[in-house]
Amino acid sequence: MNSLTRETREADRGQAEQFVMPPASVTEIADGYMLEIEMPGVKKDGLDISVENNELTVIGRRSLPAVEGTPIHRESRPEDFRRMFEIDPSIDADKISAKIDQGLLTLTLPKAEHVKPRKIAVS
Amino acid sequence: MNLIRYQAPDSAPWSTLDRWSSLRDELNSFLDMPFWSGFGRTGQLFTGWSPALDLYETGDHFVAVVELPGMRKEDIDISLHDGALTISGERKRESTNGETAQRSERYVGTFRRSIALPTRVDATKVSATYQEGILKVTLPKAEEAKPKQIQVS
Repeated sequence: MNSLTRETREADRGQAEQFVMPPASVTEIADGYMLEIEMPGVKKDGLDISVENNELTVIGRRSLPAVEGTPIHRESRPEDFRRMFEIDPSIDADKISAKIDQGLLTLTLPKAEHVKPRKIAVS
Repeated sequence: MNLIRYQAPDSAPWSTLDRWSSLRDELNSFLDMPFWSGFGRTGQLFTGWSPALDLYETGDHFVAVVELPGMRKEDIDISLHDGALTISGERKRESTNGETAQRSERYVGTFRRSIALPTRVDATKVSATYQEGILKVTLPKAEEAKPKQIQVS
């Protein structure tokens, strides 16, 4: 219960397109969750975020800066990013919002109104 | 520094993190043994952040490209010393008021990467940009290191 964090990874296998799995953090905030995913080189237009059958899929296509010259040392990977999460039923999928700043994608996943703790006043 | 980042070139991308998390777990359980207990910080050596760095060369300059997602420009330091370029900095933890981390793969803390440059560069003409979480440092070669065209007379 209460966890956004169950991952679905198997779907990656056997597909032609190859992705890299970027590091992510999940934080429980006041009325939902915050999901941060590192996607250096991804602009707003390169993002594809979808929810289907309680599964959140985030794809980040990289637009890497064109660098002239010969690579003499390389550690980066050219593949695009993909990460999938099974979202908790308490999350209101229609209210998920996203922003990307300096290659860090932040998703806010609010809980649906009916699952938020409610104060009941004694009359 | 490459100790942390190295990935066998033929490994399938989707398995990369799996392999690393299991290696990290092994190292952690090793460090949890009584002998290491007095060296709590030793674990940092293995779990530190080592951002990917690429280096390109043209006839008259080098370009270093480093993946540093989610940094603030002010928190990145670039320095040149003895023919080596060093990029270091710190990613600060955001305020954590009443928040509970459920999964944290993102590294918070300091990092440092150094790379030896094959030829001398003109330290006064180095420039850098930071966009989409990618730092790009341009280092013009020193005059004496540039390729020379010799005219046959």
